[in-house]
Amino acid sequence: MAERELKRKPQTAPREETAPEETEAPASGQGEKLKAELDDLLDEIDEVLEENAEEFVRNYVQKGGE
Amino acid sequence: MSVTKICGIETEYGIHHVGGEGNPVASSSLLVNAYVADLARAGWDFEDETPGNDARGFAREGALPPEVETHLVNAVLTNGARYYVDHAHPEFSTPECADPLEAVLYDKAGEEVLRRSMAAAGRLLPPGQSIVVYKNNSDGKGNSYGTHENYLMDRAVPFARIAHLITPHFVTRQVFTGAGKVGSETPGSSGRDIWYQLSQRSEFFEEEIGLETTLKRPIVNTRDEPHADPQRYRRLHVIVGDANLAEVATFLKLGTTALVLSLIEDDAFGSLDLTLANPVKAIRQVSYDPTLRSTVELADGRSATALSVQWELYGLARKYAEDRGLAVLGDDGVGHEVLRQWEEVLSGLETDPVTVAGKVDWAAKLQLLEGYRQRHGLDWDDHRLAAVDLQYHDLRPERSLFARLDTEHLVGREEVTAAVTEPPRRTRAYFRGQCLRRWGSAVASANWDSLVFDLGTDPLRRVPMMDPLRGTADHVEDLLRASNSPEDLLARLSG
Repeated sequence: MAERELKRKPQTAPREETAPEETEAPASGQGEKLKAELDDLLDEIDEVLEENAEEFVRNYVQKGGE
Repeated sequence: MSVTKICGIETEYGIHHVGGEGNPVASSSLLVNAYVADLARAGWDFEDETPGNDARGFAREGALPPEVETHLVNAVLTNGARYYVDHAHPEFSTPECADPLEAVLYDKAGEEVLRRSMAAAGRLLPPGQSIVVYKNNSDGKGNSYGTHENYLMDRAVPFARIAHLITPHFVTRQVFTGAGKVGSETPGSSGRDIWYQLSQRSEFFEEEIGLETTLKRPIVNTRDEPHADPQRYRRLHVIVGDANLAEVATFLKLGTTALVLSLIEDDAFGSLDLTLANPVKAIRQVSYDPTLRSTVELADGRSATALSVQWELYGLARKYAEDRGLAVLGDDGVGHEVLRQWEEVLSGLETDPVTVAGKVDWAAKLQLLEGYRQRHGLDWDDHRLAAVDLQYHDLRPERSLFARLDTEHLVGREEVTAAVTEPPRRTRAYFRGQCLRRWGSAVASANWDSLVFDLGTDPLRRVPMMDPLRGTADHVEDLLRASNSPEDLLARLSG
């Protein structure tokens, strides 16, 4: 078994000083906005997803390539 | 010494002929032919005016690459790209690009070519039939098709050294290049054990190094076909990547790989040794762990997460940039943008992959799948999740799930439209594309490293282009502008 772990982040890769807004967690308002966007997206998926998912997936057969 | 990292991407697209007879070669041919025929009507093709030129050119010169099956469609486009049928798939090879950002542009132009092809095929097919194209690498049933990258390298660097040092990158870069996949296709594994993985392709790799591309796929492919002066150049043919839809993912796939290859060429690894104990095992381990927490074993006995290996490579590349600059990735800041995005994506992945869903395909797809799964209370083996996975890659705007996401764009829509017909300006693709644009009917055949003109008088005239860095707009724009005809051009070239 391996006993030592590679350092998580090396000294040679100092983190850039990040602007405060990048390090702060998203404000709750923004979190709700993201959730609303995802909900809209999921509504769209419900609309455009192939109706018979099982058949759609089963019929997608490819020959190997390259 | 590192050489300018001219690069390109070859993509084999998945194809489904709705209402068709199930012959993917015929359907792929129809798709590509429909596009090329449309071009001919628009007036930029190289057929019609002197019928028979193509066939005679191919037969006499044998100038096309050896793997070409000449009975199948094979077109060279005015943007310098090659568009053809490879085995049972339509394939688009970008022209030679001067840097990773330009490769993103032509990769996106390739998607547009495929979209236009679907529309053109739709106009030819009987009612009830259509051809649908997917930019993915697997059918979920154990069949994989490739997305290959190419990088120009210095021939003087021993291949064994390249293979040894690039392998840890190829195994771990999937944390940002993976396109994501529901379940597993490795015999014996089941979707219940592996509900979601980073890469479409990783579990198809069975060897560390080798020449194969279709069976016993190797992590490092040894195909030695430089399509350039073999004394000076090598073309590293990379078969271990996924097709990406996210632009940042494509940018980083090409950008980080070009950088690590430059480190190898310039002997900048120093004492850093990231040799993996078992790369074939490790590439699966990394793919099978969307938490990014599991470790792989290094040859010296240490263990490492894929992210920590990437941080090491990033650190090395950053130091290289400080010491030597990044002109090898172009002189307009593209190399520094690679470093910036690389750092941002690794940091984001470390915090929470959702934070990079606008940049990384597997994270974007996982977010969709998780949302959809929770909304409908689905188990991971539900067909609807496999359908979401597949439809993420559908190129039809009205069906594509990727197209509905708010992902980060690096290239503009107008630029992409221009790149469908115009070649890159900073590689030999410029000469190839411009000659086809202006004098297509006089070009008997085109190849990566030559153009053959048929001026109606024997013999055919072959123009070699053995250096990918020559034939650029800087070199030949004035010459082309001053030439009134292909005869005139050839006279000036030999004069």
